[in-house]
Amino acid sequence: MASLIDCPHCGPRPREEFSVRGDAAATRPDPEAGPEAWHAYLHLRTNPRGLHREHWRHSGGCRRWLVVERDVVTHAVHAVRDAQEGAQ
Amino acid sequence: MSGRRLPVAARIDRGRPIRFRFDGREHQGFEGDTLASALIASGVGIFGRSFKYHRPRGVLAAGSAEPNALVTVGTGGRQEPNVRATMLEIFDGLEARSQNAWPSRRLDVGALNGLLSPLLGAGFYYKTFMWPPKAWERVYEPLIRRAAGLGRAGIEPDPDRYEKTWAHCDLLVIGAGPAGLSAAVTAARAGARVILADEGAEPGGWLLDDGGDASSALREDLLAELRAAPEVRILPRATVFGWYDDNVFGALERVGKHLPPDPDRPVERLWRIVARSAVLASGAEERPLVFAGNDLPGVAMASGIRRRLVGQAVAPGRRVAVVTNGEAGYSLAAALESREVEVAAILDCSPPSAHDPERYAPARGDWRGGQAEDWRGVARIVRGRPLRAVGMRAVEALEIERRDGSRRRLAVDAVAMSGGWSPNGQLACQRGARPEWSEARQAFLPPIDQPGLHVAGAAAGLVGRAACLADGARQAVAALGEIGLAAAPAFDPAPEDAPPPRALGAQGSGRGKSFVDFQNDVTVDDLARARQEGYGHPELAKRYTTSAMATDQGRMGAVNAAVILAEAQGLAPGAVPLTTQRPFFSPVSFGALAGAARAEAFRPARRSPLHAWSQARGAVFLETGAWLRPAWFPRAGEPDWATAVAREARMVRLAAGLCDVSFLGKIELTGADVPAFLNRVYLNGMAKLPVGRARYGVMLREDGFVMDDGTVARLAEDRWVLTTTTAKAEEVMAHLEFCAQVLWPELDVRLASVSDAWAQMALAGPKAREILGAVVDLDLSDAAMPFMGAAQAPLRGAPGVTARVFRISFSGELAYEIAVPADLGPAVADAIMAAGQGAGICCYGAETLAVLRIEKGHVTHAEIDGRVTAHDLGIGRMVSAKKADFIGRAMLGRPALTAAGRLQLCGLQAVDPAQAFRAGAQVLNAGAAPSLEGAQGHVSSTCWSPHLGRTLGLALVRDARARHGEEVQVWDGLRGETCAARIVPPVHFDPENRRLHG
Amino acid sequence: MSRYSALALLREALRGNAGWAPAWREPEPAPAYDVVIVGGGGHGLATAHYLAQVYGLTNVAVLEKGYVGSGNVGRNTTIVRSNYLLEGNNPFYELSMKLWEGLEQDLNFNAMVSQRGVINLFHTDGQRDAYRRRGNAMRLHGVDAEILDVPALRRMLPMLDFDTARFPIKGGLIQRRGGTVRHDAVAWGYARAASSRGVDVIPHCEVTGIRREGERAVALETTRGTIRCGKLALATAGHSSVTAAMLGLTLPIESHVLQAFVSEGLKPFIDHVVTFGAGHFYVSQSDKGGLVFGGDIDGYNSYAQRGGLAVVEDVIEAGVAMIPALSRAKALRSWGGVMDMSMDGSPIIDRALENVYLNAGWCYGGFKATPASGLCFAHLIATGEPHPTARAFRLDRFASGAVLDEKGVGAQPNLH
Repeated sequence: MASLIDCPHCGPRPREEFSVRGDAAATRPDPEAGPEAWHAYLHLRTNPRGLHREHWRHSGGCRRWLVVERDVVTHAVHAVRDAQEGAQ
Repeated sequence: MSGRRLPVAARIDRGRPIRFRFDGREHQGFEGDTLASALIASGVGIFGRSFKYHRPRGVLAAGSAEPNALVTVGTGGRQEPNVRATMLEIFDGLEARSQNAWPSRRLDVGALNGLLSPLLGAGFYYKTFMWPPKAWERVYEPLIRRAAGLGRAGIEPDPDRYEKTWAHCDLLVIGAGPAGLSAAVTAARAGARVILADEGAEPGGWLLDDGGDASSALREDLLAELRAAPEVRILPRATVFGWYDDNVFGALERVGKHLPPDPDRPVERLWRIVARSAVLASGAEERPLVFAGNDLPGVAMASGIRRRLVGQAVAPGRRVAVVTNGEAGYSLAAALESREVEVAAILDCSPPSAHDPERYAPARGDWRGGQAEDWRGVARIVRGRPLRAVGMRAVEALEIERRDGSRRRLAVDAVAMSGGWSPNGQLACQRGARPEWSEARQAFLPPIDQPGLHVAGAAAGLVGRAACLADGARQAVAALGEIGLAAAPAFDPAPEDAPPPRALGAQGSGRGKSFVDFQNDVTVDDLARARQEGYGHPELAKRYTTSAMATDQGRMGAVNAAVILAEAQGLAPGAVPLTTQRPFFSPVSFGALAGAARAEAFRPARRSPLHAWSQARGAVFLETGAWLRPAWFPRAGEPDWATAVAREARMVRLAAGLCDVSFLGKIELTGADVPAFLNRVYLNGMAKLPVGRARYGVMLREDGFVMDDGTVARLAEDRWVLTTTTAKAEEVMAHLEFCAQVLWPELDVRLASVSDAWAQMALAGPKAREILGAVVDLDLSDAAMPFMGAAQAPLRGAPGVTARVFRISFSGELAYEIAVPADLGPAVADAIMAAGQGAGICCYGAETLAVLRIEKGHVTHAEIDGRVTAHDLGIGRMVSAKKADFIGRAMLGRPALTAAGRLQLCGLQAVDPAQAFRAGAQVLNAGAAPSLEGAQGHVSSTCWSPHLGRTLGLALVRDARARHGEEVQVWDGLRGETCAARIVPPVHFDPENRRLHG
Repeated sequence: MSRYSALALLREALRGNAGWAPAWREPEPAPAYDVVIVGGGGHGLATAHYLAQVYGLTNVAVLEKGYVGSGNVGRNTTIVRSNYLLEGNNPFYELSMKLWEGLEQDLNFNAMVSQRGVINLFHTDGQRDAYRRRGNAMRLHGVDAEILDVPALRRMLPMLDFDTARFPIKGGLIQRRGGTVRHDAVAWGYARAASSRGVDVIPHCEVTGIRREGERAVALETTRGTIRCGKLALATAGHSSVTAAMLGLTLPIESHVLQAFVSEGLKPFIDHVVTFGAGHFYVSQSDKGGLVFGGDIDGYNSYAQRGGLAVVEDVIEAGVAMIPALSRAKALRSWGGVMDMSMDGSPIIDRALENVYLNAGWCYGGFKATPASGLCFAHLIATGEPHPTARAFRLDRFASGAVLDEKGVGAQPNLH
């Protein structure tokens, strides 16, 4: 994880203030995309052993949804941005 | 037995005697003593008994790695097991007790285990105790459990206080020995913000143990400079126990453990230190030598003996044998003799080619400054090896073997041993790095330069004051450079005093047990057995023998174990690695990690703005998630809660009732695209909701199962307010924000949680309209305010205040919810009660709310358990067929969600009004035996209905909608009860909904 | 395999313990096996044992990249129980419980199966109803369950906070047959038993690639050479996605880290396994005296076997809230295990390709499942048909919607 997340709005804050939703890689499919696309979106995870983009929320702070890019082996955080910035 | 206290200078204050008790007996020490030094000074040799063989054990070391001298301190809620006597500073009134000894530490019947030791070797328990099968829990295991364990924990609550804090710094220096002090001074001179944490009571580390004037003066100078530096914080008695992500370090400060209890002072403080960079200067642990009887009381580490000798003027015995493979033993011998303690011999067990003792003379001269004691001639030097320490309850002699093979026996009452140094690099290996063997340093070394953590001094394997001072400065410069701060080293490069001593395996082959892990009673034979049986990998050997699983996590013995395992395979030291390092470097109390979050402060209790109002009316409160909700309002003479609830329910349906519903989640929305947004988050159509109207809505998760329900009201052209259930308020808010910010950022929607801003009350019952009319200035006629109407209106008597009024009903009665700014809640509630007094109004709580809603078949999260679909709940027809997209639409048609045989919501009614059933019971087909085959579903909610005069329930039953009228059994196997019930539609009462239309 | 017994111990004691042999063979890998099991943890070794013992397949290798039992079987909180709610889960875990109950006789290895009882505390009426539902579901499945009232709990667990707790204890659900097992010994016992029947247990053999031809896996590239396989069985929970990726498969799984802890040794303090209902905390005491405890997962994807301090504090806050006297005890060691978190919180035992079988998605509950997982996986591999108690653990249940969501929180792994 991280002990700290550098919120783009609030600065570095302790991990306790944040909640994690998970993988931000997949994009919500078109409503008519068909069951396989929806199944893949909702259930299948590449689960890489390396860089991973995730949705975090500064729930105990600005309440913004963030995209955190982390290395899931070293736990190093490479980037944090507001999810709405250049949304997927 | 006394006379171990020497009449020489030390850091104890002989003017301040301190009285304490050990095993009930009173002892006296001085300020500056640890429990270990004070007890040894007064002649105590046995501190407790060992884990498996119950062997008598004394003090082995001096610091937090001490494996033997663990005691229990305090009584009642302050009873603390496994306190290291070596770390515990004595104070007046201290009560300590020995552990693991019965009936006493001097005479322990458990010691009989020692006689059985050929049977009880490593892993013996995996091979027996299997017959008869049930005997394990009944016979063998209780015996093993009773014999095992260390100290005894109390069962009373801890009355003391603990604190937590955060701190930020440029450089955290861990350890205040020569390297740490040098690093801190280097950083302080560069203007860096520094935290210097040290485990000991006084900073100084080796500079204290050394005892020479030059070291003392240096220590004073460096500390004075640090104390004068504005950005330096020195934390004594603070153990840095963990290195976490983003260079956050956990440290435990023992604020009040060395003092009598004081309510104004925390016992301990947990630090979370955010360090831009750090220097690990945690020194090294002296390695024991492995020979038979090396655990006898009186056999101790040279460094431990030295610390007590120099610090507290305590002699280890009257006649000491020093066994060493390097400089430390020589230097200790000199220190002993200079204090008139007889040294019987120095037994040098280093390999022949390893070093030349003559080399120590110049190095030691440098170490002592002008105070050098000449070690030569003070004791006889014997080259050879230790075979066996002999004695019953304390060491009486040491059997040694000279290099020429001749053996002799030294009559001694103390043995000092020094097997070289194991750098304390554990912290640097907590995040995946592994210590690697250094042939040059004869030690496993942590990586020296990891980003954010630089290892210096003895922790990096260096030997000698000058070298450590220089290295601390050098690593501080490197660490500061990493964060862009320029610094000049406070000390110049300097050579080491002596080559590092060789790491040795097992020594003597004398009869008796040679201990590798003292606390867990792991011997050389155990390691050999582990290897013999295929558990030779260090991790397997650890798990099979429990070596390195003791409270020091192998700080004392792991290197010896690795060397011995390597030797057993004919490999060189270092060929077998150490086992994985993990937090905590030194154990951390639960109390400190919990901090103030305990008992009633464990989690904040949420209270409605009407809490005090309800309390004043006698409400009984119950936990609902984080909330305390009024459950019922008992009246005088009511014998039980059921009577009160039945009365409240009747009064609501007869006249009116007022219920606090502030607990609901409330979210306001504005923005041009709110209609589109709501349409996408609810399964039913919301886009065309007109101003002045409210609508029931159901949200799905994206997987098509029901997430939550509530109402949406449009108060104005550009303002909506929706409610969520109490349980899901947080989750729904996070979900909606995800939808708004991540899924559809193009929509113009603003969301604000206003849950805490409004006091909200449900006013229900046939008299609700007339009562509410007296409180709000609003036309409440059906025409102006029909069912599912919503309006904003001024309060009568307070025209400046706008209330929100919704004509919605959870009870099935003519009902309104009225929301007012939170601080006005009590006054408005009073006004409603006053207005309704004549009509027969009552307050009602969550229990009555449940009765009313079950009678009406309304669901809560007892039914919406995360596994139900809208169709299961009988609201499938609400699912909009017109909308192109909403959350959950794509997945709700999956085969398993639409298959026959799903559990569907229904009502259940007890056939016999005298019989009851409970939520959580199973529904079985009539006549079926309790088994999987007959299982049909479960009861989700129940109540006694005063209006139907029987027990009602809501249930989820297989294909229930096709089975209305069928009789089933409600089976509560836990209570041994069965009740006949009939499946009915969920709406038990007023199915035509006549009442809510008034 | 020399038989273990009290008599054998005595005999060896008299002979200076010189006669003990390695518990299992560690041969060089052969060029090919009928079945290659990847993963020498509890599940892989149990699968090998039952393949040999029940289904007579002995040309079997178990490949383990570390030492035997170096995965999650060596890194857990040792709890065994079968107190599940859902029909798809409960019979499977009950099968596991029954296998635990006979494990020592079956393996001739004392894994210290200790049925000390598992108690789930509840603190609100809603929780009580939920546990009553679960308890009744257990009873219906023939599993023992009882509700304990507060006086009974006070007698059994006098150290709990009944009086000043933020969330007062209202009762508990107990499964008396639940308990703990010495986790490492499970791996060792299965390795020894499988090895004695001819299975090759091959540690320090990491699979680096899998050769796939169409819908079949034909060979494994390993750090100890190429090994051909008739059938391939993957039991690499924690790293299932990594192994599956070698076959080009993407799984409904994320890897998360769960921390667990042990305290310093204490004299007998708590007899049962107890879980807190008002926070994430569960605890038992090992025979050695350490309190073994844990709580929630850290919540983020991770392949690192370590977690954060925030979760440590969260777990221990709950621990002290449940047992105030713990305040003066000391946490000795924490560790992190990497686990497969599936999208519904339940496992997968299914065929993934024509001759590839997948045992994955165990979340934080894999240890208790070890025997049944081994037996059911062996059944599937040997017969091609799912074992009757493991029919629900299908890989296609996410697409079909037939999920096994014990917590009812949907397709978000970190909530399970």
